[in-house]
Amino acid sequence: MQAFTTLTAIAVPMHEANIDTNQLCPTRFNKVPRGPKYREILFYDSRFRPDGTPTEFMLNAAPYDQSGIIVADRNFGCGSSRETAVYALYEFGIRCVIAPSFGDIFAANCAKNGLLALTLPEEECAAIRRQLQDRPGATVSVDLAAQTVTDIEGKVHKFEIHEVRKRCLLEGLDDIARTQQYAMKIEGFEKGYYQEHPWFAAASHRG
Amino acid sequence: MTSNTPQSIIEKLWNSHHILTEEGESLMYVDVALAQENTLHAFTALEKSGRKVRKPQQIFAFTDHYVPTTGRAKGTDGIPDIGIRNMVIDLQNLAHKYGVTLFGMAHEHQGIMHVVPPEQGIIQPGLFVIGNDSHTSTHGAFGCLAYGVGASEFAHVMATQTLWQRKPKALRVIVDGELGFGVSAKDLILALIAQIGVDGATGHAIEYAGPAIRALSMEGRMTVCNMSIEAGGRVGLIAPDDKTYAWVEGRPYAPKGKTWEQALDGWRALASDDDAHFDKAVTLDAAQIAPTATWGITPEHALPITGVVPDPAGIKDVRKRAEYETALEYMALRPGMALQDIKLDRVFIGSCTNARIEDLRAAAEVAKHGKAKVTTWVVPGSMAVKRQAEAEGLDRVFTDAGFEWRDPGCSMCTAINGDYLQPGERCASTSNRNFRNRQGPGGRTHLVSPAMAAAAAIRGHLTDVRELTK
Repeated sequence: MQAFTTLTAIAVPMHEANIDTNQLCPTRFNKVPRGPKYREILFYDSRFRPDGTPTEFMLNAAPYDQSGIIVADRNFGCGSSRETAVYALYEFGIRCVIAPSFGDIFAANCAKNGLLALTLPEEECAAIRRQLQDRPGATVSVDLAAQTVTDIEGKVHKFEIHEVRKRCLLEGLDDIARTQQYAMKIEGFEKGYYQEHPWFAAASHRG
Repeated sequence: MTSNTPQSIIEKLWNSHHILTEEGESLMYVDVALAQENTLHAFTALEKSGRKVRKPQQIFAFTDHYVPTTGRAKGTDGIPDIGIRNMVIDLQNLAHKYGVTLFGMAHEHQGIMHVVPPEQGIIQPGLFVIGNDSHTSTHGAFGCLAYGVGASEFAHVMATQTLWQRKPKALRVIVDGELGFGVSAKDLILALIAQIGVDGATGHAIEYAGPAIRALSMEGRMTVCNMSIEAGGRVGLIAPDDKTYAWVEGRPYAPKGKTWEQALDGWRALASDDDAHFDKAVTLDAAQIAPTATWGITPEHALPITGVVPDPAGIKDVRKRAEYETALEYMALRPGMALQDIKLDRVFIGSCTNARIEDLRAAAEVAKHGKAKVTTWVVPGSMAVKRQAEAEGLDRVFTDAGFEWRDPGCSMCTAINGDYLQPGERCASTSNRNFRNRQGPGGRTHLVSPAMAAAAAIRGHLTDVRELTK
């Protein structure tokens, strides 16, 4: 996984609440293997007409075709667990989404792919979106170690993030490798668990 | 924490699967993991890293999202679209390669990943269940902690049989009273989501409790838990009781003999203790819930069927007003029109929310009252449901009413197997999401219960099922 440390990038404001993962990656593209094709898939049904011609959707034209940050409203990434929604954001070049809240599964998926989903209070997100509205193509800066977002006017917004999520992102840590350090503990737990739940042990050994 | 501290069922399940905590994150032991065709992405990640499936006997794979719901005589060879065909074939091959249990397209128990595991007794009270699908919360109906996860977390589960999680906050939803005539579990959960919002349970695990929940069948409980994620709750569960045990007993994976007795003792201790701590509580009166339909583009946009399409002009909150305007524009609806005046092009009865035998019985009961005015599909949740329905003659009731009786799968809920709405088509659907483009690009979805869907089919517009069947 690619590490996330600091980022200064064009930020695109998205005012709508509840942008779901179906919109980020329409279902029919879930079968596409991970790779550069996902650049086009992001928001496909908003960006392209049924005949494939591009719409006026802001990600299709400069400056937002170079966006690295989305500033959104509440419940961004709600809905389906599809990680392809994150692949699409990532391939498009989005490395950070700032919103008042996220779908729980989506936020977890971001963290596993080096994408920072960070929360700021509703009013602060709205204020940054308004600034961006007035100055399209302006950049926003994010510093994960310092846990700060610096908006266009130079105002610094402090954000909270769980320590482990922060460390994994900063170091680009592979989760499975982290867990495998505990292989002995897992085996020990499993033994005890089977002893305490003999009915489950019987079922799980059927295969 | 001392042993006398009252615990909720959520805490009990958490504690019994908790291996260790590192910097505030817990490594949790996973009993059962459920895969589907899209889990290809997780298998690919696993293959790339050269890792193996640690406990293949605890992983189950289902062909449901991509399988056709008609014309199965030639098996996967008969799937016309090569991309779709390969998704089914790839999962079947990967399951064989990694030795995980497969419910493939030709399996006698093929069906939806949230319908088949309870039928097989794979789902039992007290388990920590992971599924590569957001509707995995369904299995909470049995008193499980059941989490939907993405591909990376699923790959992690396959490699280690564990999952890193932070303990969710606990939300208790108490539903008092009794559901009225013509009102079902689907109406209950839609009413709840309308009340608390699509992010009302974000960051929380929900325990559903109260007399109206106890009164639900296991099928009804699965419908309720299934849609927890539509309120933002990754986990939704119900403490097990005699109905739960009666469902599990005798099923293929269920414990037998002496271990069954041991299991019962363990399961009976799961219910939340009196005075257990919940971070938040919500109460609903079942008697106040009417048959419900959605009018907009999130499950929160739900109203009693006797209601009218809301008028954004009357909403003070600017963002809410904009949201409603967007919804009405997409749905092509006029403010103030009666929900029952909304004309339909299609009706879909199916999905992991509402394709179990009880759902089909409810729909068939209504289907007896007339003939379909619009194209109506019935897609059972599994081969077992299909056979049971046929044994009861429900298929004949449907076909006599002009409904199409099809083969099991996710079909037009997720609209990825070739079953989808045409642009602009409007559908009454027993599925779980009315998001834009969900049932096909440009498609418009109204979420309803199975009985309401059948009533809509017969009238050709959204209909109060109570008027049709009284």
